Amino acid sequence: MKKIRMQIDEKEVVAEEGMTVLEAALQAGISIPTLCYHEKLEPFGGCRLCMVEVESGGRTRLVVSCVYLAEEGLVVRTRSEKIDKIRKVILELLLAHAPDSPKLQEYAAEYGADKNRFEKEASFCVHCGLCVRYCAEVKQKHAVGFIDRGIRKEICFIPEIAAKECPGCKECFELCPTSYLQAAYVLVESLASR
Amino acid sequence: MKLNTPQDLEKLRQDILSKRDPDRPCISICVGTGCLAFGAREVIEAIRAEIKTQGLDAEIDTKGTGCPGFCERGPVMVIYPQEICYLQVKPEDAPEIVSAIKAGKVVERLLYVDPATKEKATRESDIPFYQNQERRVICNNIRIDSKSIDDYLAIGGYSALAKVLSGMTPEAVLEEIKKSNLRGRGGAGFPAGRKWEGSRNAPGDTKYVLVNADEGDPGAFMDRALLEGNPHAVLEGLIIGGYTVGAREGYIYVRQEYPLAVENVNLAITRAEEYGLLGENILGSGFDFKVIVHRGAGAFVCGESTALMTALEGRVGEPRPKYIRSNVKGLWQKPSVLNNVETWANVPLIINRGADWFTQIGTKGSKGTKIFSLVGKIKNTGLVEVPMGMTLRDIIYKIGGGIPGGKKFKAVQTGGPSGGCIPESLLDLQVGFDELTDAGSMMGSGGMIVMDEDTCMVDVARYFIEFLTDESCGKCVPCREGLRQMHKILTRITEGKGREGDIETLEELSEVAVEASLCALGKSAPNPFLSTLRYFRDEYEAHIQDKRCPARSCQALTSYYIDPEKCQACLICMKKCASKAIDGGKNKIHVIDQEKCTQCGVCLDVCPSRFGAVVKISGEPVPPPIPEEQRTIVRKKKEK
Repeated sequence: MKKIRMQIDEKEVVAEEGMTVLEAALQAGISIPTLCYHEKLEPFGGCRLCMVEVESGGRTRLVVSCVYLAEEGLVVRTRSEKIDKIRKVILELLLAHAPDSPKLQEYAAEYGADKNRFEKEASFCVHCGLCVRYCAEVKQKHAVGFIDRGIRKEICFIPEIAAKECPGCKECFELCPTSYLQAAYVLVESLASR
Repeated sequence: MKLNTPQDLEKLRQDILSKRDPDRPCISICVGTGCLAFGAREVIEAIRAEIKTQGLDAEIDTKGTGCPGFCERGPVMVIYPQEICYLQVKPEDAPEIVSAIKAGKVVERLLYVDPATKEKATRESDIPFYQNQERRVICNNIRIDSKSIDDYLAIGGYSALAKVLSGMTPEAVLEEIKKSNLRGRGGAGFPAGRKWEGSRNAPGDTKYVLVNADEGDPGAFMDRALLEGNPHAVLEGLIIGGYTVGAREGYIYVRQEYPLAVENVNLAITRAEEYGLLGENILGSGFDFKVIVHRGAGAFVCGESTALMTALEGRVGEPRPKYIRSNVKGLWQKPSVLNNVETWANVPLIINRGADWFTQIGTKGSKGTKIFSLVGKIKNTGLVEVPMGMTLRDIIYKIGGGIPGGKKFKAVQTGGPSGGCIPESLLDLQVGFDELTDAGSMMGSGGMIVMDEDTCMVDVARYFIEFLTDESCGKCVPCREGLRQMHKILTRITEGKGREGDIETLEELSEVAVEASLCALGKSAPNPFLSTLRYFRDEYEAHIQDKRCPARSCQALTSYYIDPEKCQACLICMKKCASKAIDGGKNKIHVIDQEKCTQCGVCLDVCPSRFGAVVKISGEPVPPPIPEEQRTIVRKKKEK
């Protein structure tokens, strides 16, 4: 495997070809906040928390590190005024949904996000898609999926599949950063048992 | 009949032309969606019936054509060879029209009348709406039957394809397109030649060329008109593109809401296949190419390149995070060139007439023409094709005829929902990709919505943000959640509940959406807010600080009041008020009960203009109702 040398936060990092910037950083012990990333899943690029600044060919730009591939000579900065501001606002937007999520609270403390900045929303779901993608990509069951789009988008268990597959699995439960998934499951379960 | 060589094509063209008498009268009627809605189908049937009745079948031809653009005055009819143009034609006009052709006369009453000079214009090209345009692409729409390939061949159709296949290498075609500096007409204005080159040079044998016909901007219908009216021009451009980049398959992604476009383009594909202009070994060149039509399922975001490709692959139409361009890794991970309908339709013109001809008109960075759909508060609604570099003022006043109802121009919104609003002070701006972007708006696919003084710019921003909130795919946070909050705040401001700091919050949310969104929809979504803030900040401040809507448009911030000096107690508003909020009677001055009033504005609309007693106010207290004892009107007795 070809080795790639790059710099993350002024630290020399060696990555393997095909690795994303996020993977290279994690491997080197540099942390970048993420919500929708999971090592077993295809990059999703949805939460945008993992944005970093990359410099290559004399050009600086913001990219999501979970998608952007490591390249030779790349210079990466995982914190800057702009990045921190983006992360703060994203967290504040999500805290309107799930103010009690431990993971969001942890990040909020780091980036100074105010959980009360925006009016509270009804749904806890932050649309990280971990449950949906885990069920599809790892378990290949498709028992939970997204329905509708935009602000009306939500996760939904497919009763026919869920009734068969979920009771013995529930591996997605611990992936959910907000406990919305469990709530949705309980709802489907109670509807099914009626 | 299959054409095996470019010579066969030329021979067929001559055959078609030899059977046609250029002096024989032909009645062309636009059967595009707009004119159909005005009853064009009935008109064409009446005309055909009348021709039969008068026994003129052998002397007069008829044709259902594509949209020439003057939708305001549809159904539009053009009579060849004189190009006499009749507007707003009705079925009952048929006998007069047919008789006039027979007698070599003109039906004067159906001609265009210039509202200013009262002069009539006989020919299509004499009408100011057309006169000031530069119609290179859309001009053929009214000349050909949109369902006939022979008509397209008769005006020189597929000659560019023959030229390419018989004597041009893909490299030569690419050079010509690059030299023309043709930029994508769908939104971003990326140079088509460079996009093609990227795909051509990308590794792999399987490549695709794609047509983006997912025109979803409210009020825009350029691509629809082209695809409905002249589908072969788009196909010809696409085949040339396929040949150039080395693709053997092309896809047309067309929105479900365009049934006529789907019908016409499918028919065009069948006809082109029958002639061997599509399929295997086209014109004996050894080049194989097929085209597949894919109907969208009604999502605005599918106009975005990666979402469109994801949808073509049969998955949910969501953009994918990408740092590799689609022309290198696109549809099914293969190099894919995606251009919009109008871009493809320009290709045969460039091949036939050359890049030098194409670049004769335009600005430094934008060459050729651009079709705009001119809508909103404008006298001449319709499609207009203008040279790049024409000023907004000329488009709006010379072609569009200005603002109706004696109202004042306020702004023009260009570029679709994620474009921006350009104020009066910039009316002399030349239209071009870079010029519009510099002004905080964009070319987009060519929507142009004119707004008059009664339009509230905060409400405009709210409207477009609402549209985008609705059409966001919901995948990434800055777009889905950011727009949700922006929409909430803007709605609050228009309801008079704006707070200090709202503008700053909106600016911050905009910045994050622009910087951090996944796709172009999110990145450009804050434009309606940012551009209105840039040019109309005072309106935002008036709403937030003074609770006043300067355009007196936001319902929650306006009140209606009846001026007791002017009210003639005519009872009209009282009867029309659905909320029963108006108190009054015969000879009793009317008064609006502000508690009951819902600000619907009906009283203002119905109050006779000679009285003009109903007043709309915003940001000021409603004057107290006049004392009961002063409400009786004592009228002078009429003198006998």
